[in-house]
Order: sequence, then structure tokens, then C-alpha cells
Amino acid sequence: MPMAEAIERFVPDGATVAMSCALEPLIPFAAGHEIIRKGRRDLELVGPISDALFDQLIGAGCVRRVTAAWVGNVSEGLGHCYRRAAEQGIPRHIEIHDHTNFSIALALWAAAWNAPYIPTRTLLGSDILKTNPGLVRDGDVVRVHAVRPDVAIVHVQRCDAQGHAHAWGPMGIVEEAGLAANRVIISCEELVETDVMLKHPNRILYPETKVVAVVHEPGGSHPSPVQGYRERDHDFYRDYAEASRTREGFEAWLKRWVLDVPDRASYLTRFG
Amino acid sequence: MVAIASREIRDGDLVFVGMRLPILAYAVARSTHAPNARGLFEVGLMRDSAASAYLGTMGDPPNVTGALWATRMSNVMALMAQGLVDLGFIGGAEVDRFGNLNTSYVGDPTSPSVKLPGSGGGADIAILSQRWVTLMSHEKRRLVDRVSFVTSPGHGDGSPGWRRRNGLLGGGPAAIITTLCVFRFPPEGGEAYLDSVHPGHSLEEVQKETGWAITGARDARVTPEPTPAELTEIRKRSA
Repeated sequence: MPMAEAIERFVPDGATVAMSCALEPLIPFAAGHEIIRKGRRDLELVGPISDALFDQLIGAGCVRRVTAAWVGNVSEGLGHCYRRAAEQGIPRHIEIHDHTNFSIALALWAAAWNAPYIPTRTLLGSDILKTNPGLVRDGDVVRVHAVRPDVAIVHVQRCDAQGHAHAWGPMGIVEEAGLAANRVIISCEELVETDVMLKHPNRILYPETKVVAVVHEPGGSHPSPVQGYRERDHDFYRDYAEASRTREGFEAWLKRWVLDVPDRASYLTRFG
Repeated sequence: MVAIASREIRDGDLVFVGMRLPILAYAVARSTHAPNARGLFEVGLMRDSAASAYLGTMGDPPNVTGALWATRMSNVMALMAQGLVDLGFIGGAEVDRFGNLNTSYVGDPTSPSVKLPGSGGGADIAILSQRWVTLMSHEKRRLVDRVSFVTSPGHGDGSPGWRRRNGLLGGGPAAIITTLCVFRFPPEGGEAYLDSVHPGHSLEEVQKETGWAITGARDARVTPEPTPAELTEIRKRSA
């Protein structure tokens, strides 16, 4: 299925969307950019550490709430669009539900198991408890309430047309995000035959019944790395950090790399 | 700073490594006094060697190649929750005299003057690892009397036993290592005291750049210089 169709059908305005779940690798930038082109609004983004993608979606005005452990640019520092939204309401006010990396994982496991919450000892003594109503101290534990995404969008190395996906490298919260979500969109470097995937059924990420779209999107995670396929493009992150320092700079960046680009294949041709 | 941080790693330690300087500190420790130290990364990795190429992030392919374990994040967090992580490194924008870190909001969280990126795994490390260390550029705006927002708790309000009373599992901050000096903490928690001042810097300079009245200054030593072996490792990896 083309990315444009997957986003059109399965990411409506107001949706709760889990992305960037492997932390710095395998970030579904192609899907995020299509969400921006479609002008989606009022999304809730769910993730652990988000490396630049959440910042771009916030800057593009797609986001109502961020439920995450960290939003910025990992090799460069602060997320300038995130700062403008949180500090000045530009381009719009956003609500922030802070998490830690561990607590967002637990919130998704709770949803995956359909448990109302998971008790944990992390977060005791942290002021994060004051800013997120889904984290509640109860005696000597903290209850991490379930977070259920409407859709999880995951980039992987290979997948078949039925949605049997293999990913490798560090997995962050990829597994629990997909199991917690009502639906999963997969984008993949390689679309392969089902018999290849079923030779290693233990490695299949999700039941095929959860996967609603498989998008063959080579390079769909650029500038983030894909183990065995692509290194991280550090310069691209640095240039984005520089450009997004001002609102005007961000808008010019967005026009050049997202709005004026019809799809990921065209984006990749811009690197010559 | 890197050499001092590397000496916090003991041989055989399981270390929750962060980015940038702690990665370098882990590499130096591995090559000098702690050949059996293992590194854990919250992205979902365990290693017993330093990566062979530059890392922009802990999830970059050179950090995955040669890993002992690539897994989901909650599995490495679970080791820490079981008390099996000996030492963690945490970065921060602000630290206070009780070792509490702020990486979330400067000013009122509902209307912040600066929105910082957030905890990441910092608060988890602060609460669950056996002991932790923070590395910080020594500036008055970063070393403050009390942080306005506690993202990663150190010794809380500074009263003895604060962590135990509040159910925090690990022992908390062992040291604040800055570009000018090293602060340490009493075993029962409380306020940071000055342990050593780096060669070429003065007590006056440290006090001028610190947002609280320093204690322990009378007994502070001069920080030992990096050894030739440490310097060789640092230079090899900073090129």
C-alpha cells in the first residue's frame, strides 16, 4: 500500500499515534512527513526518546498532546519547535504528559495486557508525578496507567505483504507499542515473500491481525539508522537543528524537505 | 573530567552508560583499570567493549555491532529495577546542592521559560541504579541552590535518609563531576561537599560559579591529574 493511502485511511485527525519506538534507530520519518503533508491535526504523539520527528510534527502544527519521555534532537540537543510550542504556543499550544523511558514502556505494556495500570518503583521522588495525571503515587509504588495508541507506526528491515515483520538491533519499546495499539502500520526496507518470514516465526513482531498496512518504503527512516542497511546521517540532524532555530528557518526547511516533496522516493532523489 | 568519570567505574561493574562523555569514560575505564566492566544502553543494548566508530547516538550501528545483547528497553530497565546496575551516568541542565537534577522545565511547568527535552531514562537511573554520577559544565546557572523541578531525584530535601523514607531503591548520586571540581555526598545522603578542585583552578573560582555556599572546602584536595594511560585512551578516542 502506498504511504499516502496508509496515512489517509488509518491516521485520522485526533488520533493517538505511537512512533519513534526504537528510540534513535528505525524512526518512521516517511510516515511522519506524510502526516504533515496531509495536514493532520490534534494528534497525540506517544514515544520514548524522540529524535527530531516529534519536533517536526509539533512545528507543523499537527500535535495536541505529547506523551513521551524526551523530545529533542539527540546529537544536537534541544528541540526548537518543541520549545516554541511549550513556551510560546507557536504554532499552537500543546499539552505535555511527561514520562520516563521506563514508565512509557510500562504504560504500553499495561495497555497490551489490558491491565488498568502497572505498579513500579521508578518515578518515586520525581516531580514528573505532578505533571502527568496518568502517573499516580500509591503508598510505596507508582501506578503507571495504560496508554493505548490508536495506531503504532513502525519502520523495520523486512516484512511480507501480510504484515509479518522482522526488525533487528536494539528494540526500545517497539514490541509493546504495537501490541498495545489498536492498529499497526509497518514501513519496510524490503518487502519479501511470506515463506522467508515464516522460517523464523519467533522473530515476527506482531500478530498479522494487528497490522492494517504494509508500506514498502526503502529509506523510509532517513536520517535515522537501520541496522544492516544504513548509517545515521548526523549532518542532516545538525542542519535541521540549525534551520529550526527560528520559526522562519523551520518553515523553509519544512517546505524544502516535506511540503514540496510528493513522496519518499522523490525525497531520496534530492540527495543525488 | 573524562578521566575522573572513568575512575568511578569499578572492574566488573555493570554500568548504565549515557551519551557523549560517559561513553568516552566507559571506553577509558575498559582500557585501563576496569577491563571487565559491562555497559548497558537504554535503547536495548549490552556491550563489553567500546564501539569502533563515532557515535551520534547510543542506537547507531557501530554501537550495535559486537553487542552482547540487543533487546527491548524494558529488559535493561528491569535489570536496573532488580538492583543489578552498579553505576549510572546522567546528564542534566541543572543540579542542586542535594544532587537533584532538572531536565524538564525552567520556571513554571504550565508556562515554562525554557522547555528542556525531558527525563529520557534519567529519572529511572536516578531512582533505580545502585549509585550514579552526573557530569556538568561548571556554570552558576547550572549549579543552583535548589532546582525548580526535580526530574531525577538525588537526595531530595537533603535530610538524612530521604531516599530510603521515600522508597527510592538505589543509593543516589555519588558525585557531581564538573569542569572545575568534584563534589561528593555523605553516605546517608544530604548536601554535596567539595572533594577536590581540578589542577589550575581555585577554590574562589569554584565558589563564584556555584549557586550555594560550598561546604568541605577546607579538606578539599587537588584532583589527581589523568595518568599517561588515561590520556592516551582519551586522545585516541577524541580525534
